[in-house]
Amino acid sequence: MRLAGAAIRPRDPAALPRLALVVVAVAVLWPALRLTEFDPATLLDPANARPMGRLLAQFLPPDVSLEFLALVGRSTLETLAIATLGTALAFAIAFPLSLVTTMSLSLSAIGPARDAPLRRMLRYPARLALIVLRAIPELVWALLFVRAVGLGPSAGVLALAITYGGMLGKVYAEIYESASNRPARALMEAGAGRLQAFLYGVLPAALPEMLSYTIYRWECAVRASVIMGFVGAGGLGQQLELSFRMLNGAEACTILATFLLLVLLADALSALSRRLLA
Amino acid sequence: MRAVGIAVGAGLAFLVWASAAFLGFDASSILSTEARSAMLKYAAGFFPPDISPEYLRRVGIGALETLAISAIATLLAAIAGMLLALPAAGRFGAALKFAARFLLNALRSIPELVFAALMVLAAGLGPFAGTLALALHTTGVLGRLFAEALENTPREPAEALLHAGSPRIAAFLYGTLPNVLPQCVAYSLYRWEINIRMAAVLGFVGAGGLGQMLYVALSLFHEAQAASIILGMLVLVVIVDEASAVLRRRLAAAQS
Repeated sequence: MRLAGAAIRPRDPAALPRLALVVVAVAVLWPALRLTEFDPATLLDPANARPMGRLLAQFLPPDVSLEFLALVGRSTLETLAIATLGTALAFAIAFPLSLVTTMSLSLSAIGPARDAPLRRMLRYPARLALIVLRAIPELVWALLFVRAVGLGPSAGVLALAITYGGMLGKVYAEIYESASNRPARALMEAGAGRLQAFLYGVLPAALPEMLSYTIYRWECAVRASVIMGFVGAGGLGQQLELSFRMLNGAEACTILATFLLLVLLADALSALSRRLLA
Repeated sequence: MRAVGIAVGAGLAFLVWASAAFLGFDASSILSTEARSAMLKYAAGFFPPDISPEYLRRVGIGALETLAISAIATLLAAIAGMLLALPAAGRFGAALKFAARFLLNALRSIPELVFAALMVLAAGLGPFAGTLALALHTTGVLGRLFAEALENTPREPAEALLHAGSPRIAAFLYGTLPNVLPQCVAYSLYRWEINIRMAAVLGFVGAGGLGQMLYVALSLFHEAQAASIILGMLVLVVIVDEASAVLRRRLAAAQS
């Protein structure tokens, strides 16, 4: 009897809770759809579809005229230079701040120290500075600097220096702390200065990891400097934005291909150098 | 060893110097007295931020719009990602697998902001363009992760159902999906968190949300309002960070 009943219609026992979940999801998402002005019909509106169609139709073949390739090559170099200089300045900001904020050189941790409260007071503003530097995305800094120092690569360099300075500083301090603190502590207990203790007790163990993280950040900086170009901070991004705006699909295609190649190369270079370090 | 270190250091120093020379980056002109005072004057304009109730309300609406963009985009991307992950996991033959992987890679390697600049052309200024742009890039990311999850899941439950005579769709829904769904949901939530941050800045190219408000405020030299928008962005990111940390802890506690 029971067998016959089961054979009539094998039902999903979880059907009702699933239906309820879908209803709730739709109820939550409906206002969100309204808020995002979700309307696929706008894509087919001739006012949008015509320029977009023109841009896409021109994508192939890409523009490979010598004159344009020279321009793209220059922009690529500019992007690489922005990333390199930005990372170098970020290092210049991060390194001193990481020395101030790290706990691994704390004198008060090994015993009574002169001016301990004062030194602790110094650590908090430095830590706060690192947080503020990295809390605001580099794209926002780039937009601000484009207004403060004008269009061009300088804005990108400064934006990278600030955001990546904050990130590098935090990570460096963590690297010092994750390494064994015994060598530095032994040096300080034997009377060495804190800088000496850092140079001979912390740095040798931390250097490979610091370098490898910095190289990884450089790779991110290459990508970021292309993106920052869209708000006017120079490099490939600025060229790409121009091509989009002029609806020149062939140029956009060349620049996009260059960008993908550049990212691949930066990725390979960073992976190779980090393997050499490891 | 020491000689290698010195050589590498010198090489890096040269690269940095060459970069600065190529860009014409002149630190002394940026740090000159007049440039510094101009920058300080510009920075002073941001204080105090505009915290009048009606402006804060507008920032709040912008934040909601940013949240909505990221949520809808992630949802669209999860659906499209799953649809592309099936062929990418090799379920419909080698040709479709190759095509789907190529498409996913292309979507993934083009940054959100580039898509946003394109979508502003395709859909006009506004949040819809940002939603589409985020959805396109996220589809590439999630599709690849979903495909990997599909490949790593055991095939036996679905095969048992197939042998028992169930149709292919039912075998997928009841034999495969329950195994991969928790992982897919976790990936999607993780991407959503990233997308909220991204949606806040996508507006710089006209794709809606807080970013567009910030861009407009800066263009009109309303620095005080710009400062409140930046604060709004920070608050949004901090809330998202905290919420996701709490959720993660809860989930970890529930699992153990």
